[in-house]
Amino acid sequence: MLAEIFFAYFAVVIVLTSILVIASRNPVHSVLWMLLLFFHIAGLYLMLDAEFLAAIQIIIYAGAILVLFLFVVLLLNLKEEIKGRPFSRIFVIALVLAIGMAVVISSTMKLLPPGPVGQYSMDMIRATKGGNSSIIGRVMYTEFLFPFEIASTILLVAIIGAIVLAKKRLRS
Amino acid sequence: MVPIQWYLWLSVIVFSIGVFGFLSRRNIIVIFMSIELMLNGVNISLVAFSHYLQDMRGQILVFFVIAVAAAEAAIGLAIIISLFRNKATAHVDDIDEMKG
Repeated sequence: MLAEIFFAYFAVVIVLTSILVIASRNPVHSVLWMLLLFFHIAGLYLMLDAEFLAAIQIIIYAGAILVLFLFVVLLLNLKEEIKGRPFSRIFVIALVLAIGMAVVISSTMKLLPPGPVGQYSMDMIRATKGGNSSIIGRVMYTEFLFPFEIASTILLVAIIGAIVLAKKRLRS
Repeated sequence: MVPIQWYLWLSVIVFSIGVFGFLSRRNIIVIFMSIELMLNGVNISLVAFSHYLQDMRGQILVFFVIAVAAAEAAIGLAIIISLFRNKATAHVDDIDEMKG
């Protein structure tokens, strides 16, 4: 019962804040609503026993990505931009497409076959020293070592690309 | 115990709100935030599957999604800055150089 109440709270706040992110006229307000949204998604991860991801969600999404967003929003002077209409002309088409997509995806949900259950049951995770984070580390550095290295390359490309794109062009 | 369908419903709703925002907003920064919204919607369903199928691979995948989202945000915001420097607008319908 308690889990259902917590889920209902998180779900209501997540849906409301995501609507507010989309609907806010001022991008700064959007970013701040998104901060609230990310904290509640982290709470949902805690309910699903993913402590490591909850911490990562707050540290990287709320701490790094959103600060980057806020930094850029404050860097650009958007005083004129927020006066005009916020939505474009294809508002109705976009609404129909989004609702249609939701209907199609949710109609496939009934067809989900119950998959084979893996080895990482809650009892196994509780019995492991270090819990969820230790098991994630173990899986990531053995089974997923190569994708992990590729992720580091992607981040390096992002660093270099961001510098190249955002720097002022040098006069030659 | 919350059934997995509830998580999937929430994930679908967040993803659809992201799609709607991506298609309908004019401000390019809010469009970027809609992409983050879509990624988060998918992450919710991945973590829910990972929990209910008792498999760690879903959570590993979410870790990679977050890494790619960070890279995408850095590159995208750099593009926005250089765009704003050239055009002095953040509205996507004023940016029509490529006649798309």
